[in-house]
Amino acid sequence: MEQVLKVQDLSMNFGGLRALDAVDLDVGKNEIVALIGPNGAGKTTFFNCITGIYPPTEGDILISVRGKEKPKRINGLKPNKVTEKGLARTFQNIRLFPNMTVLENVMIGRHCRMRAGVLGAVLRGGSTMKEEKAAVTESYAILEKIGLDPFVNEFAKNLPYGAQRRLEIARAMATEPFLLLLDEPAAGMNPNETQELDELIKRIRDEEGISILLIEHDMKLVMSLSDRIFVVDYGRKIAQGTPEEIRNNPAVIKAYLGEETDA
Amino acid sequence: MITFDQIKKAVVVSVWFMFLTFPIMVIRVNPVEHIVEWRWKNMLLIGVGSFLLSFVWHYFIRRKELGTRKAEAGEEGEAIPLAQRILKNKAIYRPTLVALGIFALIFPFIFSLYQTNILISALIYIMLGLGLNIVVGLAGLLDLGYVAFYAVGAYAYALLNYHFGLSFWMILPIGACLGAIFGILLGFPVLRLRGDYLAIVTLGFGEIIRIILENWNEFSFGPSGIANIPRPSLFGIDLSVHDATIYIYYIMIGLCLLTIFVVNRLQDSRIGRAWIALREDEIACQAMGIDKAKTKLTAFALGATWAGMSGVVFAAKTTFVNPASFTIWESIIILCIVVLGGMGSIIGVIAGALVLILMPEYLRAFSEFRMLAFGVLLVVMMVFRPGGLIPNVRRTYKFEGVANAEES
Repeated sequence: MEQVLKVQDLSMNFGGLRALDAVDLDVGKNEIVALIGPNGAGKTTFFNCITGIYPPTEGDILISVRGKEKPKRINGLKPNKVTEKGLARTFQNIRLFPNMTVLENVMIGRHCRMRAGVLGAVLRGGSTMKEEKAAVTESYAILEKIGLDPFVNEFAKNLPYGAQRRLEIARAMATEPFLLLLDEPAAGMNPNETQELDELIKRIRDEEGISILLIEHDMKLVMSLSDRIFVVDYGRKIAQGTPEEIRNNPAVIKAYLGEETDA
Repeated sequence: MITFDQIKKAVVVSVWFMFLTFPIMVIRVNPVEHIVEWRWKNMLLIGVGSFLLSFVWHYFIRRKELGTRKAEAGEEGEAIPLAQRILKNKAIYRPTLVALGIFALIFPFIFSLYQTNILISALIYIMLGLGLNIVVGLAGLLDLGYVAFYAVGAYAYALLNYHFGLSFWMILPIGACLGAIFGILLGFPVLRLRGDYLAIVTLGFGEIIRIILENWNEFSFGPSGIANIPRPSLFGIDLSVHDATIYIYYIMIGLCLLTIFVVNRLQDSRIGRAWIALREDEIACQAMGIDKAKTKLTAFALGATWAGMSGVVFAAKTTFVNPASFTIWESIIILCIVVLGGMGSIIGVIAGALVLILMPEYLRAFSEFRMLAFGVLLVVMMVFRPGGLIPNVRRTYKFEGVANAEES
């Protein structure tokens, strides 16, 4: 299978604490991969390493945009450079721009695909105006796909919770990623909203051809969505495989439920 | 509708105020005749005054809370402030703008030189406020040393003119560039800082510039400053004091219009949005592909540019510069203009500058109470209108069908 993301032996130390210990992971083209594990297992740290928020202590992060080219290393790049390369993420605790409108939030996602500088912004030449107009149209198109178009001019902070989560996805999609990293997209959602999210994520993969790596605690969603699952615990990868394999893996059951004792 | 509870509260307030002001308002020691005067009448006045004011205060607080509750319940129809309604309505907005424009144009011919001078300083502060508005209001970087760039501009004119005889018009762009360069110079070390830490470092930067100017005698002539800076000349013709003032007035009107034009275009552009995103959430902003360092530096540089320019005009207007004009107090006033007017709002900043600069000038009779009024104004504003006089409104778009974007 063609791989768009390949992570090899990724380790991250915070002082004496080893948050990640030689974790391997790969995401294939058009694949939905889930990363699960108990609280504090290092899932979000893993995301932060990939997206450049922390420089990893050891290991390699390799990307290949269409899955065909020779993989390129992206460790140590700044977060904005990583996004420019085509990895976009959402956050576990929603991080929207609360005092900007919904449309502007999405347009921020377009930022790294636009070129206008200070002079362009002041003079408003033809190319700047064209770019600006295109950004508005494209952003609106994304909002329509995600189903947020009724909220275009609302402030992001005034959106209902589920819509805020979806807006994060819309904003990430505006950066034209080949891989979308979703950090607990269903956290705090009711079963209805989770169901909608399930459909949305599948649609993004099928219609946009974007591969997806997600962290999630909602097992029903994980099992229904993912092609493959990676399980981490105490910073180490303890299992990988299809949902079926993971469901029956003794190591995973132990990590989640604890060991049976003969007492 | 006044309940017993409210009366009780008001009584407590008035007693408390009488107690607080007792030492300064009631007792007066006359050291010559060695007697103590007891001015009980003052105490009575304060008691009655604070009793009544407490009702007014509570009335406004209640009205405000009612407003927020309404807004939360989604009834926003009435919540749009008057200022914004005027701005939205083109039938009122356009004629008002034209009238204001004509008034501004003929101002120096109907009013005295004194009035024109006051308005020039208000215009200088408008420009400073709009510049700082980029840094504080849009990019959310609390800069307490903004006056340093103002000083850079003023000294650029004074020194370059003194040593090389360069004229006002040559130095205006140089001052702007120097402002931008110093903005970047300040920007580099503070790239990693935010919030309180940033405020402290910028405060230090402002003081460093002032102290250098004060102590480096060979360079800046120390506290005695530089005098006899020429006023701008009109195509090489030297103007009289009266004409030059009017000329500077028009230059300032032009520069302010330029600032408004540029800032307005910037804030709805790719760069402006990046600034606001940076203010709202730094981590998310980076994760969305915005170069944090570059965005911060452009904010500092573009903010400082306007301070550099207004510094040049300031030097030309007063014909004298010394470090005493560039104290931390100036930074605070400019910051107050931005906060009071409404962070990120151009019209708000203009209103803020006019209120804060013109009010003390026209209330000279009460100049002893200037600081008191200033403090009270700030407290009242922050309680009742935390968003500023005229808060910023974000641009909205209208969509018909899928791909027809129209600005509204």
